This record gives sequence, C-alpha cells and structure tokens, in this order.
Amino acid sequence: MSAKKLQTPSQTIGPYFAYGLTPGQYGYNFPGIVDGMMVDKNDEGNVVQIIGTVYDAEGKSVDDAMLELWQNDGERRLFGRYGTGTDEGNKFSFTTVKPKSVDGQAPFINVIIFMRGQLLHSYTRIYFEDEETLNATDETLNSIPEDRRKTIIAKKEDGRYVFDIYMQGNHETVFFQL
Amino acid sequence: MSEMAQQGFDMEVQPSYLDKGYKSTLLRAPSRALVLPKKSLSESTGPLFKDFEIGALDHDLTKNAIKVAEPLGERIVVHGIVTNEKGQPLPYTLIEIWQANSAGRYVHKVDQHDAPLDPNFLGTGRCMTDANGKYRFYTIKPGAYPWGNHYNAWRPAHIHLSLFGGAISSRLITQMYFPNDPLCKYDPIFNAVPAKGRDLLVSTFDLDHTEPSFALGYRFDIVLRGENATPFENL
Repeated sequence: MSAKKLQTPSQTIGPYFAYGLTPGQYGYNFPGIVDGMMVDKNDEGNVVQIIGTVYDAEGKSVDDAMLELWQNDGERRLFGRYGTGTDEGNKFSFTTVKPKSVDGQAPFINVIIFMRGQLLHSYTRIYFEDEETLNATDETLNSIPEDRRKTIIAKKEDGRYVFDIYMQGNHETVFFQL
Repeated sequence: MSEMAQQGFDMEVQPSYLDKGYKSTLLRAPSRALVLPKKSLSESTGPLFKDFEIGALDHDLTKNAIKVAEPLGERIVVHGIVTNEKGQPLPYTLIEIWQANSAGRYVHKVDQHDAPLDPNFLGTGRCMTDANGKYRFYTIKPGAYPWGNHYNAWRPAHIHLSLFGGAISSRLITQMYFPNDPLCKYDPIFNAVPAKGRDLLVSTFDLDHTEPSFALGYRFDIVLRGENATPFENL
C-alpha cells in the first residue's frame, strides 16, 4: 500500500468571491485571469454565445454563482469564467467556439459550478441541440434517462445557445461525477 | 466497485452537497445521483496557467493595494506544498487568494458587516507553485465576522484559496483556518467536513518560516485529487 495523502477538503466559494476571482466583470481594480470571452469575437472558428440562468430549489435565480467553462477537443483548449451577479436576470454569458467531436462523442463543454450553499462544486456538461446525429449515438447521453437528458442540451434561441441550470426540482440538471 | 473507482472525491474527508447545519445548501445542493460520464479528453485535462504572468505584487496582499500606508493588522506569511494524493509535488499550479481584512470585512459590495474597510487592503492576490510545488504569499491575518446562518453565527478567520491542478477533476476551492480558533467548533461550514478531514483545513504556526521583526509564519499544505479512473464501470 502506498501512503496515500488525504485530499484537502473542499469549502464553499462563499458570497464574496467576485473581487478575487472575477474582478474585471464586477468592476474591481485587480486584473483577473480570465472572463467570459473565451475567444475573440472575430475568431475564425464557429463563434457561439452561451447564456443562461442558475435556479435554486425554489426557482429563484442565483445571483452569486460562479461558472467555469472548459473545453478541449484536441485542437482548441479554452477556458472561461463568469459570475451571475452583474447581468440582468442574473444571467451568465460566455463567448466561445463550438468544440468538435472527439472519438465520435457528441461535442460538449464542461461546466464547473460554484456558489454559496455548495460545499463542493458541481460538474455538468453543455451539449448542443443542433447536434442531433451525434447526440443520438452518444454513450454518455444515452446512459441518462431520456426525460433528464434534455437538461444538459443547450437550446438555440435567437442565434445564441441557452443553457439554464436547475440545482433541484423537476428539471434538476444532470450533474456528473468526475 | 473496484479499488480504482475510489479516486474521485474522497467522501471520508470531503463535505456532502447537502448539509443541514449550513442552511444555504438546502436549496442549492443537487439531489439526484451523479452520472459517471464516459472518459473524455476534455475532462482528463484542464486549464494550465504555467505561462500566466503573475504580477510583481500579486503574492503580497500587504502591498498590492496600498494607497497611502500599510494595511492594518497582523502581517503573516503563508506557505506550503501542493501535491497530488501520491504525494508528488504539483509545479506551476495557480493559487488564487481572497479574504476579509483584519476587521473581518470584505471589500465585496454585498458585504454589509459593520466593520471598517481598510483603504490600503483589497484582500485578493495570487501566486504560483514553484518547480517543487511550493508556494508562499504575504497577507494580513483576516478577522472573524458574523453571518446569518443562525443566531450569533460567526465565521472563524479564514483565507479562501482556489487551485486548478492538472485537470478539471483536480479543481479545488477551499478555506484555510488558523490553529486554536475557538470559532471553528461552532462553524457549520468547517464542521460540514467529516471529522477525519477537519485538521486538513487548519494551518499550523511555523516559527521556522516566521520572518523576524516582520511576519508570523503559517504552513498550509494542499492535496489535490486525481481523476476518476473508472469511466463507465458502474453503468
């Protein structure tokens, strides 16, 4: 048996992360490492905007969540971060390029969700409504009961993808164990 | 489940999503079973900040927001090593830091605690582990502050730390506490961690790293988890 070290326990991000983790977005005088613009608007790839809202168990929009997006399709490695405390309706907004399919899997973007009231962060994935063919054969999507699958498929509305996150309730988003 | 399957969050030391003592979890904790996804390139990797240019004063919260004078409070230096569960050091890993000031007040505009802001202290910074996984930053010891979880609830003094590691599965946001803080015993966030893990959140006073006539030293080692090694095994 190797001497395995115990993991440092996770603790909540709390309500006061903005000036440390998303300072530019919230107007604090400290340079952030990253924001919601994962690519330049003029990027030559398939630039997409993804917006959405995080809802708690009572259906209230969460105004102090922080989301991180990560995607790696072997060609592009992109990372973004956005808090839900600045935009109207407590929305988040990311601009990125749509990832390509890897190994025949449906394209997706990883999402990490942090907020007050979460002692451990949550992981989910954003799939895309207009990838019907790959979505239909994707092993991970097919392992999820059909009525819940739609909770992680972004809808295309007005040229943008909309991806709302429900922490609990009838529409509870599928969260992953990584 | 095989032995390999236990490489995710170690629930012997990690808090659960739902914790009755910490009331905000009630409406925000996922309630359904998590899904184990098929292994993917994206999840086996993560953002790397090795080339990120840390500002010259990013690691020194006692200096990075000075307007007219030094911030008030007890100057401290926090250091430690970041490793994986095998004890291997993790070099060039970004650590982001944020905290309240010495009076227990955050700069964040949502914080309405009736304690003074310090015009010379922002309370945020960052540093990077070196080639041997070691890190160090300077700050002011944060104060305790009240919060609304229950009657007369006070958070123990703590520093928030955010780390990436090599893959998104190793992502960690945690809080570092101080030794012998009487408030830890009453804090639902601290106590949401199983007893076995609580000491891992408490820094130790370190005389060897205390800088004479300048700053008290505290040591806080951090262990990041690895990837879940059993894609699809439970499906």
